[in-house]
Amino acid sequence: MTEAHIAHLKVFRGEPGGATRYDEFDVPVEEGMVILDALHWIQGNAAPDLAVRWNCKAAKCGSCSGEVNGKPRLMCKTRISDLDLDEPITVEPMRSFPLVRDLVSDVSWNYEVNKSIQAFTPPAGLPQEEWRWQQQDIERVQEYRKCIECFLCQDVCHVLRNHETEKPFMGPRFLVRTAGLEMHPIDEGDRRGYLKDTGNIGYCNITKCCTEVCPEHIKITDNAIIPLKERVADEFYDPIQWAWRKLRGKPAAGAAGTPLPMLQGGSASDAPAAAKGDKPTSEG
Amino acid sequence: MPIETHPVDVLVVGAGGAGLRAAIEAQAAGAKVGLVCKSLLGKAHTVMAEGGVAAAMGHVDPLDKWQTHFRDTMVGGKLLNNPRMAQLHAQEAPDRVRELELWGAVFDRTQDGRILQRPFGGHSHPRLAHVGDRTGLEMIRTLQDRAVSSGIDVFMECTITKVITGANGVAGAFGYWRTTGAPVLFPAKAVVLATGGIGKAYTVTSNSWEYSGDGHALAYDAGAELIDMEFVQFHPTGMVWPPGVKGLLVTEAVRGEGGILRNKDGERFMWKYLPEERRNEYAATDEEAKRWVEAASKGQTSDARRPPELSTRDNVSRAIYTEVKEGRGTPHGGVFLDISYLPADHVRRKLPSMYDQFKELADVDITKGPMEVGPTTHYVMGGIRVDAETGESTVSGLFAAGECAGGMHGANRLGGNSLSDLLVFGARTGAGAAAHAKGRRDQPYVDPVQVSTSERELAAPLERGAGEDPYALQRELQEMMGRLVGIFRVDGDLQEAIGEIAKLRARLPNLAVRGGRVYNPGWNLVFELRNLLIVSEAITRSALQRTESRGAHSRLDFPETDQAGWGDRNGVVRRRADGSMEVATTELPAMSDELRALLGGAH
Ligand SMILES: Cc1cc2nc3c(=O)[nH]c(=O)nc-3n(C[C@H](O)[C@H](O)[C@H](O)COP(=O)(O)OP(=O)(O)OC[C@H]3O[C@@H](n4cnc5c(N)ncnc54)[C@H](O)[C@@H]3O)c2cc1C
Ligand code: SF4
Ligand code: SF4
Ligand code: FES
Repeated sequence: MTEAHIAHLKVFRGEPGGATRYDEFDVPVEEGMVILDALHWIQGNAAPDLAVRWNCKAAKCGSCSGEVNGKPRLMCKTRISDLDLDEPITVEPMRSFPLVRDLVSDVSWNYEVNKSIQAFTPPAGLPQEEWRWQQQDIERVQEYRKCIECFLCQDVCHVLRNHETEKPFMGPRFLVRTAGLEMHPIDEGDRRGYLKDTGNIGYCNITKCCTEVCPEHIKITDNAIIPLKERVADEFYDPIQWAWRKLRGKPAAGAAGTPLPMLQGGSASDAPAAAKGDKPTSEG
Repeated sequence: MPIETHPVDVLVVGAGGAGLRAAIEAQAAGAKVGLVCKSLLGKAHTVMAEGGVAAAMGHVDPLDKWQTHFRDTMVGGKLLNNPRMAQLHAQEAPDRVRELELWGAVFDRTQDGRILQRPFGGHSHPRLAHVGDRTGLEMIRTLQDRAVSSGIDVFMECTITKVITGANGVAGAFGYWRTTGAPVLFPAKAVVLATGGIGKAYTVTSNSWEYSGDGHALAYDAGAELIDMEFVQFHPTGMVWPPGVKGLLVTEAVRGEGGILRNKDGERFMWKYLPEERRNEYAATDEEAKRWVEAASKGQTSDARRPPELSTRDNVSRAIYTEVKEGRGTPHGGVFLDISYLPADHVRRKLPSMYDQFKELADVDITKGPMEVGPTTHYVMGGIRVDAETGESTVSGLFAAGECAGGMHGANRLGGNSLSDLLVFGARTGAGAAAHAKGRRDQPYVDPVQVSTSERELAAPLERGAGEDPYALQRELQEMMGRLVGIFRVDGDLQEAIGEIAKLRARLPNLAVRGGRVYNPGWNLVFELRNLLIVSEAITRSALQRTESRGAHSRLDFPETDQAGWGDRNGVVRRRADGSMEVATTELPAMSDELRALLGGAH
């Protein structure tokens, strides 16, 4: 086998509390190989205890998220032939979340955020036989519902990655979910107060980094976050709405509820510097 | 140190469509429910389902009724299905699908704004409710949100390794956290197994690492019976290239939308393989097939009959296998599947994830050229023997639903009938388990000996120091099953496989893994290998016993269907007291005259 057919992988290893390191492996490259194939080769031939999370191997389940050369990627969708094989390929866990071990990060915080969102709320009186929606009316909602919960957008978002905000931020994934509910043709819930005061949508400064990493090509910022921000602004910052509420003595829409937990420090904070890709991927 | 313990009324093992639906129903019935899964919530196999969920709602063709769905299911299953299950499934699927909409699902629409239904192999009417080619994602997300918002406790990345039994049947389950390796105990009045399939017994499969037959093996160990284990579905269209994605599924929806199969000579070979007795259900010419596709792509029906590519899966798989074997395959050992003759934007809209999958993983633009495909291990029809009404197994308090349960699909499952099966029998089993828990007076007694044995078994490979690598053993098993117990079977091969399995099993006690307990995949694999060996043996022994060809089970030495000898019986597998495997048969459940009448000339 010639040199051109070997990929040099530098793989993040370790557990929280212990020393972490980068192990290097030379992996023979097959046609069409993806990073996850290379990691499976390592498990089967060199390091059977290498921890990596995966399921479908087809970019459908969102399990195998990590950072390849510093970029948040699905590892089952990252072709080795698209990378520069003259340089080592650095493979790391998603750095915004706490570390479990090696390439596996603890994403349970996301499930806690999800619980706080008011579920689908259909109208009580409308019999289901009468729900008639045209395909074009649901296309937008279907776009949000393509989300595979890979949490790459959460990983890349600087608000979450820097762990510096005073209050918790729900993150782009859950803005997408909320948009899917708010814009459902017959949902009657009102999540605007929640978005403003619990999810703290205001922290998002529309850098669009989340949109760039989304493997499902959801236009997170343009199609989900901006319309939600507009709804929140109309409700809370529109002087006419405000005066009207005062006059009628009505509370602000969509009560906020209990605060979200804060996302705990990610593995980025206590990891050694990699040869490459150590820099946070995006700040702007 | 005492083991972390979570007492519940109903423990559901598995959070795919079946487990989630069971948990929702049990919780609604007032039971305290625990839901355990090996992966993260929302990542179970159900998320990968593409084509759709079958339900005779009659939105596209009002002639479709539960009776026609029942008939198609039975005919597809070569009449070996449990008829009562097939009936309940056909009758209840429409309500279960509509209920998803009530919980927030957003299916594709017909022109008059209702849930759209697409044609699929073996279904006589357009019947599959779908969302593009990501129906499973829509379904699992909807159920997941419903389960979470109704307050069900979810234990994710937790593996159950033992169902604990006592004098009164089930008493709970033992497992461990994958993220820490720590043991955990769930005392329970009823346990529902919803662990999915067995595809990892083979090298080429559409299934993920999770499909190691855990539920089948847990039930078998607990004394429950498995049925129909000889019936493993080889899906006709998996990717064949590049090597890393070999086996990955190419949804049947490609053929449902008009995809044409050709060999390397450009011949549309499926015309040759239509079974004589069903030939009149298929188009007679390319022209007729084309008219059918044109109507179908507009969500309409026409007088044209369906294309030959929509024959049942067992038949299409054998056809592709034969074409390749006889030297008419493509360079990578498959056949061509072509949808590029349809407008590119239509293909991208109806099959977006197939478009991405080929573009990104194989550098093929399916709107411009053909895909290369070949058979892949996909689904197991066989499973835990259950009562049709409640999902209870032959062990009191132990229930099963979804792919790990047997009986519903007979000798061959129709596409789309799994997602509907999960909903219908998930709900029934959840209700059955909750009722069982409610009716139980005693608090389950968790036998400490079973717990400590389970703990020791779990720890052993870590403590052994030196020994064999589990990955190597898995590769050997998979290669052997593909070679000896694949699409076409023969006595000599099956005998040889039984010997090989025994040899592999003898090596289990020598498996050793390095590293610790925290998220250690090599260690996790040891338990899964044990299960894979149990299901592999069950498949092989059942295949040896059935001396005929039927549905997904094809014997080269018995190529005919033997209706008189085998048409009225299911294979059964159970564990003998000495731990060895017993294989027998049992009479097919009786069919009422009404149901029999629906089958018309088919029986
Ligand atoms: C690629 C693909 C496409 C498909 N497309 C379709 C389709 O279009 N239509 C259709 O009808 N069918 C389709 N199928 C089949 C269908 O998706 C599956 O049969 C079905 O989803 C199985 O659901 P389930 O609930 O039984 O199991 P799964 O969804 O697989 O869930 C199993 C659960 O059990 C858990 N588990 C397993 N073992 C343990 C253990 N020891 N301890 C704890 N938890 C455990 C897993 O973590 C998981 O949560 C497809 C299958 C595949 C692979
Ligand atoms: S646009 Fe930028 S700030 Fe807003 S959610 Fe996306 S990544 Fe975060
Ligand atoms: S929105 Fe996109 S990037 Fe974010 S979790 Fe969903 S699929 Fe992943
Ligand atoms: S393994 Fe499912 S997305 Fe990569």
